[in-house]
Amino acid sequence: MSKRKIRILVAKPGLDGHDRGARIIARAFRDAGFEVVYTGLHQTPEEIVAAALQEDVDMIGMSSLAGAHLYLFQRTLDLLKEKGVEDIILTGGGIFPEEDIEKLIDMGTKAIFMPGTPLDEIIKWVRDNIEPRKGL
Amino acid sequence: MFKEDQMDKANKMHSHWDARCKKSFSKFPPRKERCTTVSDLPIKSIYTPEDIKEMDFAEDIGYPGFYPYTRGVQPTMYKGRLWTMRMFAGFGSAKDTNERFKYLVQQGQTGLSTAFDMPTLMGYDTGSTRAKGECGKCGVAIDTLADMEQLFDGLPVDKITTSMTINPPAAIIWAMYIAAAEKRGIPRAKLGGTIQNDMLKEFIAQKTFMCPPEESVRVVVDTIEFGAKEVPKWNTVSISGYHIREAGATAAQELAFTLYDGITYVEESIKRGLDVDAFAPRLSFFFNAHIDFFEEIAKYRAARRMWARFMKERFKATDPRSMLLRFHTQTAGCSLTAQQPYNNVVRTTTEALSAVLGGTQSLHTNSLDEVLALPTEHSVTIALRTQQILAEEIGVTNTIDPLGGSYFVEALTNKIEEEAMAYIDKMDDMGGMLAAIDNNYPQKEIADSAYRFQNQYDSGEQIMVGANKYETEDKVAVPLLEINQELENQQIEKLGRIKENRDNKLVDSSIDRLKEACAKDQNVMPYLLDCANTYCTLQEMCDAFRDVFGIYRDPGIF
Repeated sequence: MSKRKIRILVAKPGLDGHDRGARIIARAFRDAGFEVVYTGLHQTPEEIVAAALQEDVDMIGMSSLAGAHLYLFQRTLDLLKEKGVEDIILTGGGIFPEEDIEKLIDMGTKAIFMPGTPLDEIIKWVRDNIEPRKGL
Repeated sequence: MFKEDQMDKANKMHSHWDARCKKSFSKFPPRKERCTTVSDLPIKSIYTPEDIKEMDFAEDIGYPGFYPYTRGVQPTMYKGRLWTMRMFAGFGSAKDTNERFKYLVQQGQTGLSTAFDMPTLMGYDTGSTRAKGECGKCGVAIDTLADMEQLFDGLPVDKITTSMTINPPAAIIWAMYIAAAEKRGIPRAKLGGTIQNDMLKEFIAQKTFMCPPEESVRVVVDTIEFGAKEVPKWNTVSISGYHIREAGATAAQELAFTLYDGITYVEESIKRGLDVDAFAPRLSFFFNAHIDFFEEIAKYRAARRMWARFMKERFKATDPRSMLLRFHTQTAGCSLTAQQPYNNVVRTTTEALSAVLGGTQSLHTNSLDEVLALPTEHSVTIALRTQQILAEEIGVTNTIDPLGGSYFVEALTNKIEEEAMAYIDKMDDMGGMLAAIDNNYPQKEIADSAYRFQNQYDSGEQIMVGANKYETEDKVAVPLLEINQELENQQIEKLGRIKENRDNKLVDSSIDRLKEACAKDQNVMPYLLDCANTYCTLQEMCDAFRDVFGIYRDPGIF
């Protein structure tokens, strides 16, 4: 039996509308052969985690560019834990001050990709680090 | 433009030159196979009379201050008055931003420009469940008239013009601004400034939306109508290409979609029964100054010529002021790099120079740290000084449109106009901008361009120094502005106190009347002024809009 494709939720939490990066990533993931769901803009962490569950994703890629990332990532991680799906990997990209990247990783975000990261590098990271979740 | 024998001579010279180039290239091959602008527009090695021979000086280039305004909207341009140096500022509380405004005015800034935080931009009060963690982060938090009063406290709003970057709640913020000024005894007719209030580009690019497109445009037309009658010095819409470009559009797409948004506001206002010359002089524009120097200059020149022709020919405007494309420019945030951030000063300088050579009316220069956070006082001062150096040291303001007549710049101006016109014709065929947005047409075109650029960047075809070439391992740390984490709670407390002390019966009845005006197609502005004066919150007014007009949700295409 061939392995199921990796499923990714690209998510835009919060009120900021900068979706250029999120949409490019979504397209690149799709072109790389992953299954991609994009939440669209202005989602709360609650809505994002609900979508992740509904779509049975293996990874969430969250994009934030307006400064609210510490709250939004922490809340999303808390909700994943609460729902018992800590095996859904949270990753992120956007504009974060250097010291906040460490904070995001410490709270449990698996990887942060900053502006300028080549798309191939991100795709390779996903291939190397994300496995389709078991028991689905 | 040229006599036949001159052209013959020029063409002969061209073939000699071409032969020499081939010989030279056989020893040193071309450095690049394709030379393009950042928008992927191919550029030739040289431009000559051949490229502009079809042009007519009087009809296509002409003099500044004269139709079709290719060379500038005023006859004297910067010989008379420099552009307005207008730094976009806003963070934290109204008090924090008020202090920054006063600092900037003290440093020689000549206009104010306000950035609001995300909850304000999206029509939520601080403390709303959708607004958590966002208070004061990327602009100032405004919940009620009380915040607005504090924001402009002690600033001469009767003498200085104020620009406010706000869209879905633009009418509301404008009502608060007018109310705050009138409480200080300054009549609305004396107020000068701009609200961005360009909802169409929100659906296309910036994505700060609230109600559906048609209803959103209706409120925009309400403000155009109200401004024409009561606030005659106010620019009621700043038709914006900036965000379209930041979202990844090419220069020609930025120009085409922006002008088409403008066309739509004009059409809708005429449908309302307004005379075109009664409101068109108060429409203003806002463009991006991206990194490709000549392409940008050509874009501004093409923009002026196209708008003048649309207004005269398509809308039969007769007042020359209706034909003037006056614009603000901001240097391109998306051209800056988080890596080696001090290089951003250089990028911003050349971008600002293109805006000046393109004849901008006002300018914001990005600070070197804006790619990471809101700017510190130190970095914003460098950005302001950049403008002052361009204006007063380097000599480019000595003559008007110094690049006019350049074979390259004129040819590029024509080329960008031609590309933009093709988009405009296509959208005419689609049935206009509202239909195009419904089909996700501009959204998809921009997404395609953004993806194309990203791939060219990844392959090294498009270079960003320090990011995909000349990279260094050591990180340069720049000091960043931090927003007080306690602010959110303080702002929630302040809002709570206001809600306790206001006349809540009056609030309810004002909101009811606002809803009725929305439903009955009455101009909402007088009702919003009543609401603002009774200290209704921004969200209470926006909720009235949402209740009556409905909510727009992102289709999430990619």
